[in-house]
Amino acid sequence: MLYTMLIYAAEESIENYTPEQRERCLVGHRHLQQRAKAKDAFLAAGELVSTSSATTVRRRDGKHRVVDGPFAETKEHLVGFYIFDCEDLDQALAYAKEIPHAGSGSVEVRPMAHLESVATV
Amino acid sequence: MDQVAVEVRASYPKALATLIRLLGDFGAAEDALQEALARAVETWPRDGVPDNAVAWLVTTGRRWTIDGYRRRRVEARYIQSVVVAEAAEPAEDSVLEEALTLHVRDDLLALLFTCCHPAIAEEAQISLTLKTVAGLSVEEIARAFLVSPAAMERRLSRVKRKISEAKIPYEVPKAALLPERLRAVLAVVYLIFNEGYSASGHKQLIRVELCDEAIRLGRLLVRLFRDEPEVVGLLALLLLQHSRHRARLDQNGEIVLLDVQDRSLWDMRLTVEGRFLVEKALRMKRPGGYQVQAAIAAVHSEALAPEDTDWAQIAELYGVLERYQPSPVVTLNRAVAVAKDQGPEAGLALLQALEGSADMQRYHHFHAAKAALLAEAGRAGEAAGHFEAALGLTQNPAERRFIERKLASLS
Repeated sequence: MLYTMLIYAAEESIENYTPEQRERCLVGHRHLQQRAKAKDAFLAAGELVSTSSATTVRRRDGKHRVVDGPFAETKEHLVGFYIFDCEDLDQALAYAKEIPHAGSGSVEVRPMAHLESVATV
Repeated sequence: MDQVAVEVRASYPKALATLIRLLGDFGAAEDALQEALARAVETWPRDGVPDNAVAWLVTTGRRWTIDGYRRRRVEARYIQSVVVAEAAEPAEDSVLEEALTLHVRDDLLALLFTCCHPAIAEEAQISLTLKTVAGLSVEEIARAFLVSPAAMERRLSRVKRKISEAKIPYEVPKAALLPERLRAVLAVVYLIFNEGYSASGHKQLIRVELCDEAIRLGRLLVRLFRDEPEVVGLLALLLLQHSRHRARLDQNGEIVLLDVQDRSLWDMRLTVEGRFLVEKALRMKRPGGYQVQAAIAAVHSEALAPEDTDWAQIAELYGVLERYQPSPVVTLNRAVAVAKDQGPEAGLALLQALEGSADMQRYHHFHAAKAALLAEAGRAGEAAGHFEAALGLTQNPAERRFIERKLASLS
């Protein structure tokens, strides 16, 4: 079963990391990815550029509306994601707990609907 | 009545030693004795204490153990009836197939852990546990939570969909996760009990049923985790609380406080068993919140009259509880116990620490307790102010009448 981990965090806190904090965070991600790869559970991961560069598209009544900014104005935004192949939710939650941002932000764990949807990853 | 308790206490160590020799297993012997004691407090007051109480306990306990094989077959039939009832619902086919292949004990455990998975919202955990593990109908659960059966049905199908879509595992969690997950299961059982216990007056019948269900689940958990002191402690707590249920409301459905309850209405069978279990749990030397709460309830249950209550010990136990479950409510209870032991001024001094808590300022019990202590200390004017504050904070008619009576008695 594929699970996507959506990582939410306050962007300014990540931008204001000290070099040591940034290094600790990267080491955490590297360890997590190594462990997941060793178990053939790692599919993909990505860090998103800040929401100041985000654009949101909506189609309403047949018309497209393109607006500057992220989907919603909140304190915490989607800053990155992982996709893991796991046995069940407990295994997925174990990976989610290892994502460094779980400590300051939040990690939303969502099962993916179909295998095909990541065929191109 | 009390002679039975004395006899039970005196016979216990000898009966246990003999049962260990006969059964060859400490745990099995303890279980057998617990059952024998439960029967003793039921029949001895009626039939008289037998000449050889130890022999009676040993024979009864041993026979119960031998009957265990038959009991397990009955249990298996129970599981099957639950599984068959659930089988009508197609979404869980894969889960059920697996369930049927598992051993009965593991099966029921897995079910319980799945129902209480942290990825399921707490309310839904409770509803699902009552539906699948306790076997209550959707209508019964809906009535207990004051929602429509249709709403309860939606809640249950939402959670079942999440279990299958997110693939919440159907198994006893691995050792590393077990303590945390067992805590969640205990919390659900405790919440089920409280749903029944905190009800006053109307719909009392179904609420007592919830208490009974929680106790039944507690017994099941003790059978499965007999070496986990908090599991034993929780069952003890439930039994000791429940032993007072007949005395907690008068004929008009009015709340009767502990110190004016008719103690002859307390269920002796439950208090004896509860006290036995607290002692058993505490002997494991791994104390926890449920055990300490049960110990407090046990001290109350030992007092034949309110003035016999060992308040010093209760105050000390609340101090211990503060370490495991620090909360203003626990501190409030400790202050009340200290006041009973050392006088109102000592209690009021402890309440000083809670003055800054916004939650406490909004909590009517805080003001009512403080008012009672002020009144006892002869500070009627200040007491009235806090009774008034308490009145402004509760809508419950029984509680309002109670506070109004207190207020009137000041002048």
